[in-house]
Amino acid sequence: MRVFEGLKFRRGDTFIHRLDPRTKFVVSTIIFVIALVFTELPFLIMLFLAQVPLIYAAKVQREWGRSIRGGMMLTIIIFATNLLVGYFSAGMNLTPSLVLYSVSLAFRFIVLMSSFSIFFLTTSPDDLSLALQQSRIPYEFCFAFTTAIRFVPVLANEAQTIMDAQKSRGLELERGNFLKRIRNFIPILIPLIVGAIRRSLELAEAMESRAFGAKKERTSLYILKMMRSDWIALSISALVLTLALYVRFFVGLPPLPLT
Amino acid sequence: MIEVRDVYYTYPSGVQALSGVSVAIRDREFVAIMGENGAGKSTLVKHFNGVLKPSRGEVLVDGVPTTKVSVAQLSRNVGLVFQNPDHQLFSETVEEEIAFGLRNFGFGEKEIEEQTDWVLSFLDLTRYRKASPFILSGGERKRVALASVLAWNPKVIVLDEPTVGQDYRQKERLRQFVLEINEQGRTVVMVTHDVEFVADCSPRVIVMSRGNIVGDGEAAEILTDSALLSKASVLPPQVTQLLWQLSDLGLPRNVLDIRETKRLLDHLMGVEG
Repeated sequence: MRVFEGLKFRRGDTFIHRLDPRTKFVVSTIIFVIALVFTELPFLIMLFLAQVPLIYAAKVQREWGRSIRGGMMLTIIIFATNLLVGYFSAGMNLTPSLVLYSVSLAFRFIVLMSSFSIFFLTTSPDDLSLALQQSRIPYEFCFAFTTAIRFVPVLANEAQTIMDAQKSRGLELERGNFLKRIRNFIPILIPLIVGAIRRSLELAEAMESRAFGAKKERTSLYILKMMRSDWIALSISALVLTLALYVRFFVGLPPLPLT
Repeated sequence: MIEVRDVYYTYPSGVQALSGVSVAIRDREFVAIMGENGAGKSTLVKHFNGVLKPSRGEVLVDGVPTTKVSVAQLSRNVGLVFQNPDHQLFSETVEEEIAFGLRNFGFGEKEIEEQTDWVLSFLDLTRYRKASPFILSGGERKRVALASVLAWNPKVIVLDEPTVGQDYRQKERLRQFVLEINEQGRTVVMVTHDVEFVADCSPRVIVMSRGNIVGDGEAAEILTDSALLSKASVLPPQVTQLLWQLSDLGLPRNVLDIRETKRLLDHLMGVEG
């Protein structure tokens, strides 16, 4: 559940929080794109370090740390699968470059997770909804999207209660072989899914009884406006992106002196 | 016997739900825990089978700290029925739902059959044996949840809000079998807001407020203590309130029972009962 904790919005009043959600989304996406075009570890490390000042500026280092730790398991799986696949496809040959490649891919995942963790930690669901609406996305979609995000912590909470309830009936999650352990999750997943479906039906009824969708045109109380700081942040990240793409496609990085 | 010694509990979100609770629940006792929303009632009972471990202090079940054994081991003796049955029902049939706990505790197929038969008839659920728990009404689902715990015959049964969503008739049945399982020698602990239900059962009553125990004693004494009750947002039973309204006629303030009240009123009006 820790992964979700790390993605939950915390109210704050730093300059990162005050940035326009659209700006933050673009910046996160740019980090995402840069991470995708590079597999070189030094570059990924640089990209990772570049986020550190942002994390401290937004004062979310604790929550951020939690989400990274929560994603550790997946990172290890990514590392292991790449290593194993590479190892067997290269005819049982473990080379340093293969290890390096697997580390890079795992690290790339950390960078991606980190950039979106900053985005979700500093952007309130309301702002996100506004941003989507002002990007002329139909309100139904905005609503569905923000509701989904808003319900993640609720579901995480519910999953915890369900786990407690089933443990109280003698279920031992950590017992048995791999298959048994997966089967152990059935008594947790079924109530969770049934509950989510039931809740969404109730939510739909409640919304309809409050005249959801009665009028096509919606007005908002708050209007998002791009500030100077937004334009500055956008310009810097656009510059970084151009530079990164230029280096990637026209200069190329020297290979590490490993192979 | 469950002993809670100076227990503090803080949820990961930072909410401190228990602040220094000490209480002992002896074998074969019948205890009701009452108090305002957020007083820490559910948090306290979740410590009884180790689902929650104290942040400070300790909880001993039959002399063993709950931190030393698994929730599954503790639950064999302390059966905790959660407030919302939808948090635990997942099987295709009611019968399977009941067998789940029994299988986890290593009962044999024959015993599972016997215990299922017994608990289904005890809770008036036999006709739903092959039904899906999901098509049952809220009150019935609650009874299935209770049955699925009662089935393995734990020494202590803890019920979190058992009367919610039950009509009067079901509540009366609930009262009868709660008293019955208590008489059979099991310890019963229930968390509830239902003061009339508690008055009818007349157990030992523990009152909680803001993470502390503020009152502990016999139902007749606790449920007629106006200062204590208002502190924990509990209203006394209606007969007691009526007698309080009539106290200038010399009627007593510490009566919970409706028959006793009738006798007092008859006496006041000169009717011989």
